[in-house]
Amino acid sequence: MMTTLIVIFVLASFVGFEVITKVPPQLHTPLMSGSNAISGIAIVGAMLTAGAGQDQVSSILGLVAVVLASTNVVGGFLVTDRMLQMFAGKKKGS
Amino acid sequence: MEWITLVYLLSGVAFIIGLKRLSSPRTARSGNAIASLGMLIAIVATLLNQQIVEFWQIGVGVLVGGGLGAFFARTVQMTSMPQLVAVLNGFGGGASQLVAAAEFLRLTHRGDPIDLMTGTSIMLASIIGAVTLSGSFIAYAKLQGLKIIADRAVVFPGRHLVSALLLLATLGLGAMLVNDPSHGSLFLVMHLVAMVLGVLLVIAIGGADMPVVVALLNSYSGLAGAMAGFIIDNNALIITGALVGASGLILTKIMCKAMNRSIGNVIFGGFGAEGGGAGGGGPEGTIREVDAEGGAMLMAYANQVVIVPGYGLAVAQAQHVVRELADLLEKRGVEVKYAIHPVAGRMPGHMNVLLAEANVPYDKLWEMERINSEFDRTDVALVIGANDVVNPAARHDTSSPIYGMPILDVDNAANIIVMKRSMNPGFAGIQNELFFHEKTRMLFGDAKARLNDLVEELKQIE
Repeated sequence: MMTTLIVIFVLASFVGFEVITKVPPQLHTPLMSGSNAISGIAIVGAMLTAGAGQDQVSSILGLVAVVLASTNVVGGFLVTDRMLQMFAGKKKGS
Repeated sequence: MEWITLVYLLSGVAFIIGLKRLSSPRTARSGNAIASLGMLIAIVATLLNQQIVEFWQIGVGVLVGGGLGAFFARTVQMTSMPQLVAVLNGFGGGASQLVAAAEFLRLTHRGDPIDLMTGTSIMLASIIGAVTLSGSFIAYAKLQGLKIIADRAVVFPGRHLVSALLLLATLGLGAMLVNDPSHGSLFLVMHLVAMVLGVLLVIAIGGADMPVVVALLNSYSGLAGAMAGFIIDNNALIITGALVGASGLILTKIMCKAMNRSIGNVIFGGFGAEGGGAGGGGPEGTIREVDAEGGAMLMAYANQVVIVPGYGLAVAQAQHVVRELADLLEKRGVEVKYAIHPVAGRMPGHMNVLLAEANVPYDKLWEMERINSEFDRTDVALVIGANDVVNPAARHDTSSPIYGMPILDVDNAANIIVMKRSMNPGFAGIQNELFFHEKTRMLFGDAKARLNDLVEELKQIE
């Protein structure tokens, strides 16, 4: 099981390197905020821990994690959209 | 085969497609939408999964966090984007850290044995997450200019030793806990030590190196997420963590290259703290000032003007006035270009976002490699709040701390106008010989106010 996870991690890292090398410098700020939003996927882990309902302290910690991660997700995606809107709105040379 | 694993895979694919579409400004916005859809799918699927029992609590948590995030995203100014990204990074790292802590407590309370791999993942997610959390908030405080922390590098004797000891301590505690998880209080100590380590790592880094730090913390938040994924056997977290980790690393590498420094040098250098006093000598000479009228004259009759924006432009919120100035010049038939240094501003791509906000078309923004050959045939280079990225000492002065850093060769232009608040040296703490160059005219004052003056003067010239 664990080895499968490591395989996934290594392969995904390579995919990441390939895809992200192609992002032009002008979009580096949206790349950071966007990838940041994606890293809010920790929300899934937070929900699983908060919702497992087995241990009081764990549930509370999980809940705080849910709050942090959802701030990360919603804030990240919205602000990225706000920026990209400014980039996409302009045609070349207009 | 569990259906939810396939759903998480779908989310991972959506994230990859989303990042892939960031390769062009035209497709980027839809890419972001696809990625957020991937996130929504993952969240809904997780909630529908029968492992979740406390729905409404989680719902409230999501609403609170989401509301906070939406508020930040709507109200933040484009000039403050580095701060927001730093804070969100911190939140991401903190979330992974808490997931690790919660899992540790759950497993130890039940008295379950923790196997080697799970234990290692818990400790690594805790440590990386804690460093990300505290480091990001120090970065935020520095970027925001909060007075609690000096903007430039804070260094003290023996700090390398202290950092190294803290790192060893936190790793050692982690190893002990993997071996024997019964010491709950040591777990807390490990978190605290890691957080102090995060503070120390970032506090020693000066303002101009912030792009590297923000990129590096971005990478850490991804790694912490991936580690959390290992703890709870979750593919979505692992794939995403790897993607974000890679993204942050690439940006870190690009930023380091643009400063001709190694990553170790940035983290352990304490650059910008010692530099100022050490030299003592530094370039000296006569400063030649120009007023707005003279500056406007120079530009009005130029064939080509290249604008070099720096962090000072962001601080003064002057991006819209710059656009106005450029429009007036173009109306007169002057060719206007913007020269963008990779580390201008406080995060990768900072200047591009600001100028995009001011509706500057992106084909007018020239990257360093392309614009440098243009300065030869440029009549006026207008440097706005940039300093180290235009310091010619980087090319020839082997004793300069920035020697070897690729710079914008503005000194090849026929005239140089430098807009600057005062003669204070930049964040690298070194005086800039460009300011004493015979072709240079200094235009002192707040960038926005002086640009407004230039605009007014230009309107007068018929």
